[in-house]
Amino acid sequence: MTTPAVEFNGVGRHFGSVRAVDDVSFAVATGEFFSMLGPSGSGKTTCLRIIAGFEQPDTGDIRVGGRDMKGVPPYERDVNTVFQDYALFPHMSVADNVAYGLMVTGVDKAKRRERAFEALSMVKLEGLENRRPAQLSGGQRQRVALARALVKKPRVLLLDEPLGALDLKLREQMQVELKALQRQLGITFVYVTHDQAEALSMSDRLAVFNNGRVEQIGTPEAVYENPETAFVAGFVGVSNIVDGAHASRFIDGAHAIAIRPEKMLVLARDDEVPIDGYRAANGTVTDIQYHGSSTRYQVTLDDDVALHVTVPNRDLSGRLKVRQAVQVRWRVEDVHRLRNGSS
Amino acid sequence: MTTAVATAPSLGRRLSNGLYRRPTLLLLLLLAPPLMWLGIVYLGSLFALLAQSFFSIDEFTGLVRREFTLSTYAQLFSPANVDIVLRTALMAAAVTVAAACMGFPIAYYMARCTGPRMKAVFYLAVMLPLWSSYLVRVYAWKLILAKEGILGWFFAQLHLTWLLDAVLALPVIGGASLSVSYIGMFLVFLYIWLPFMILPIQAALERVPPSYLDASSDLGAHPGQTLRHVILPLAFPGIVAGSIFTFSLTLGDYIIPGIVGSSRLFIGQAVFVHQGTAGNIPLAAAFSVVPIVIMAIYLTWAKRLGAFDAL
Repeated sequence: MTTPAVEFNGVGRHFGSVRAVDDVSFAVATGEFFSMLGPSGSGKTTCLRIIAGFEQPDTGDIRVGGRDMKGVPPYERDVNTVFQDYALFPHMSVADNVAYGLMVTGVDKAKRRERAFEALSMVKLEGLENRRPAQLSGGQRQRVALARALVKKPRVLLLDEPLGALDLKLREQMQVELKALQRQLGITFVYVTHDQAEALSMSDRLAVFNNGRVEQIGTPEAVYENPETAFVAGFVGVSNIVDGAHASRFIDGAHAIAIRPEKMLVLARDDEVPIDGYRAANGTVTDIQYHGSSTRYQVTLDDDVALHVTVPNRDLSGRLKVRQAVQVRWRVEDVHRLRNGSS
Repeated sequence: MTTAVATAPSLGRRLSNGLYRRPTLLLLLLLAPPLMWLGIVYLGSLFALLAQSFFSIDEFTGLVRREFTLSTYAQLFSPANVDIVLRTALMAAAVTVAAACMGFPIAYYMARCTGPRMKAVFYLAVMLPLWSSYLVRVYAWKLILAKEGILGWFFAQLHLTWLLDAVLALPVIGGASLSVSYIGMFLVFLYIWLPFMILPIQAALERVPPSYLDASSDLGAHPGQTLRHVILPLAFPGIVAGSIFTFSLTLGDYIIPGIVGSSRLFIGQAVFVHQGTAGNIPLAAAFSVVPIVIMAIYLTWAKRLGAFDAL
């Protein structure tokens, strides 16, 4: 077993009476793409700042590459950060920005120029070396920030919502490039995002944060397919969450459950044919949302439980109507029993 | 359905609507009075002054001869007058450097380390001296610096009178007591102009996002390097703005050198003496051109250093 790149052991950080981070423990393997996913104020950015050394944990300890980081200032840590606002120095050229980390550690001028150009070509920004950050587009600034953080070949690269300010198309393109870059360099990425689709598509593993705590850690498939808490079920993708009082038709005992809308079928009441392994409940269509590639039906069951069912729009001939009597079906193994989360 | 009663719009409303449709007229109405004030009263008197410096005074009648001549400037460059200019410029430079060194840490603390309440306290503390009369404050310093004054007493209590005497025994900057020495004058100038240095630096530092400092540290720069490569370059426009105040205010002041200091003249005093008792307005005008020229040179130099690039 190799040493993890980053290790959190019971880390807590309080601002006054607010517990920004509360008893967080996890380990990031070397070379892993690890995401910290959560809504704003969930503690993910504070955790990132603790790794970088901008914040000190009040309780617990963290290790980077097996070394205890207690009392180690940011400039002595083998990690680099891509900031949310990029934090490019406005009074320096692109090349000087990228070479900054080498300059302050005493790398000679020719060598740092060479390595800065190398880093800039890695992020496909050749030819802009002499521009000022103010003369670049948002996407280009993002790449400069990335090159600046990568030029020192850190053990761990920290990314704080790096794509948040970009428009959708550019963001998707950068997601692919970032992932490719990470694979090519073999550097451990710790990636903070509030965008669940981003976290699912890019990560090797992800940690879902809520109220300063980690609710669940796992591979994207594990977290999506087996959400353990109501928060995870609702924040990562869309779920139907049914409280314990109404869940008896889904599960034995009074436990809250979750089931994904795309795991269920909805059929008109008159063409119901029993299917092996599926359970069924009767209800009425109360709302229809057309999403282009799919349609989402809201079906209200007889006991007033409303469920969403997503149906791919393979063809539109079998579409249902509002107020139509329907039957909803699902497989028992797609129903997830939830434990109490921190929310 | 009700019938609308057409009431005539009020005068204010009609005026607003009229101006809304003619934005140029509005701009002209708003800007013309201050621009005329600036153009005619301010710049006009300055140019009248400059023109005066190219006249000369008739030695015999003592009247101003209104003919173009450079003889007044020749007079300005006489050794005695050059002494005055150099003395003033050196004092202004020393005050500016000291004010920047003292003002920066205070400004940094105000901009970076304080909460809103503490910041208000600091603003008050920095500005408070400006609320009282300049003359009162200068005379207060006279008492502090006098031979039997507060500072002398303080040194005596600490059994450090020998140190004060040693400092006063220094050639040129020393003197019989602090209140008649260049050191004393320097202290008073520094005290009086310090707020004008702190506030612009504080404003410049306030505009530097904290993430720049994080980024610098994250990339391996220790605090000294962050100060040198990130904070100082970005605060430089503020330092230059502050130094314009401290430098030009010291260059032109004629009250402090009169109250605290020796009988050796400063530019402001020279202007005062020449235009008043001597009635030599051309030479007084020539003297007042000196600070303008020095400031122009200083600003050109600052611009070349890149002081205004980050603006």
